[in-house]
Amino acid sequence: MTQPVIELDGLEVRFSGRPILKKLSAKLTGRSIGLLGPNGAGKTTLIHTLLGFHPASAGTARVLGHDIHERSREARRLIGYMPENESFIAGMTAVRFVRLMAELSGLPAKQALERTHEALFYVGLGEARYRRLETFSFGMRQQAKLAQAIVHGPQLLFLDEPTNGLDPPHRQRMIELIREIRKADDIHLVLSSHLLRDVEECCDDVLILKEGKIAASCNLEQERRANKKFIELETVGDHEAFARAIEQLGCQCAIDRRRRIKTVLPDRLEVKDLYRLANERQVQIRRLSFKRDSLEDIFLKAMEQPHGRV
Amino acid sequence: MAVYEQGYRGYDGPLMPDCSRFLVIPRYAYKSVFASRVFVGFLVLCYLWPLGLGAFIYGLHNLARISPVPITFDPTEQIVIDGDFFLWTVMFPQGIIAGFLLALHIGPALISSDLTNNALPLYLARPINRAEYVIGKISVLAILLSLITWIPALLLFTEQAYYAGWDWLVQNMRLAGALFVGLWIWIFVLSLLSLAISALVRWKVLARAALFGVFIIPGAFGETINVLFGTVWGSLLDIGGLIARVWEGLLGLDFDTTPIPLWAAWASLLTLCGVCLLILRRKLQPYEVVR
Repeated sequence: MTQPVIELDGLEVRFSGRPILKKLSAKLTGRSIGLLGPNGAGKTTLIHTLLGFHPASAGTARVLGHDIHERSREARRLIGYMPENESFIAGMTAVRFVRLMAELSGLPAKQALERTHEALFYVGLGEARYRRLETFSFGMRQQAKLAQAIVHGPQLLFLDEPTNGLDPPHRQRMIELIREIRKADDIHLVLSSHLLRDVEECCDDVLILKEGKIAASCNLEQERRANKKFIELETVGDHEAFARAIEQLGCQCAIDRRRRIKTVLPDRLEVKDLYRLANERQVQIRRLSFKRDSLEDIFLKAMEQPHGRV
Repeated sequence: MAVYEQGYRGYDGPLMPDCSRFLVIPRYAYKSVFASRVFVGFLVLCYLWPLGLGAFIYGLHNLARISPVPITFDPTEQIVIDGDFFLWTVMFPQGIIAGFLLALHIGPALISSDLTNNALPLYLARPINRAEYVIGKISVLAILLSLITWIPALLLFTEQAYYAGWDWLVQNMRLAGALFVGLWIWIFVLSLLSLAISALVRWKVLARAALFGVFIIPGAFGETINVLFGTVWGSLLDIGGLIARVWEGLLGLDFDTTPIPLWAAWASLLTLCGVCLLILRRKLQPYEVVR
């Protein structure tokens, strides 16, 4: 059985007695995991807790098999972290900054320098590597943060809102880099974002947090495959009776808030069966579209649940 | 992640031992520190006094040899080199004056710039913890302060022992320990205080003023308390006085430079260090506290 990248075991974190993460339990095994949730859901707190910045008030977690309390140093040895906020060391060139970070991770000076140059070229700062960080634009600082996160060749990379505040070309470049890193055999990614598009483009698995709880957890590819015959209908007439009739045909069916009928057709049925049924029930089908259950649907479904998981 | 291949690859090469990891911090700090000509000039100046003292000790023991006129007396009987000599000519000028000026120059920027630029998460997401980060930052000051305090002091002691002979060395062995321990205590107190102020005050100029003020204002305040209330306990606020009292104790002298018991001086310095550590513990958080 594959070792989970992250294992949450009843993890609870409190700040001044207020629970921020509430008894999280999950086993995340994917190569690239998206951490989704609205602002204040606990995404950054979860990453900080896994990095050992916050003590857990109950439960524990394991990162690549290392307990975050008992073997925090071993866990951090394998982690690269790109923080959400602007973070740099003033008065340093990009080369010195990334090299310092590499040496703090344990690389000998020579190897650290070699990998620093590689990392800076890799993220696209090759030409600017001898410039001071203070003179960098916001996008370049984000790239420098990514370089310091990968310079020591981590096995697990935490990216906290990596595209936040980036203009479209820089965002695209960042997404390309993340997708490129994902292709490597020996690295796992955890991408925290409130931007669904970023997660959809870069991740295989998704963990959705809401108010400090896990609202949903799924594999995006499996979800896409499971919903390949998903059809959305806009109708005029007694749509509830029509939906019941569709269900009687043996289809899964649901009506959303916009009174649209969503249905998954089994293999034995075709679209013309739906038109025939609509004709029988005196219902007009105004629009019919094939859709996949997008991450947005999964996310919205998770957000609609008052408690518990989807 | 090769430059030409443009592909990411992990690292499976050798790693440095954990125990020496904190030394990376001073190594990088020195590159910026020694880039300042003012600082290099100051460091050179700090060696002039010990060099002069070295020449003085040499002259004292070799006056008959180097003097152009015949010497009829023994200068080592006129000028005795003992704890008193080391306290006033080495520990005070090198420790209190030069050491304090050095800490004033370097200390205030050590942590404040990391806090201002939110660099702590970058350090602490790596296999070093807060204690090692603080030790690394203290080392920046401690190594430089060592270069101008206990190392020249022990070299002068060694020179004196060489010329004065075995008997002097045996009689004054305690001095070597007192110089080493006393100046290390001062280095530790000064470094911790500098770091705590650097963590509290993020603006470098203000942090320098605060560090200066911590040594001057409480001392003056304490003296006022002494005068107003006819007590000696106001001297507990005078950091310079406290360390002088501890040095006296270590050297076995009794000048009463500060009219407080030795135990009280030790307790005050320990309390001061405890407060500094508490400040650092509270301020060095790798995340922003949203209230």
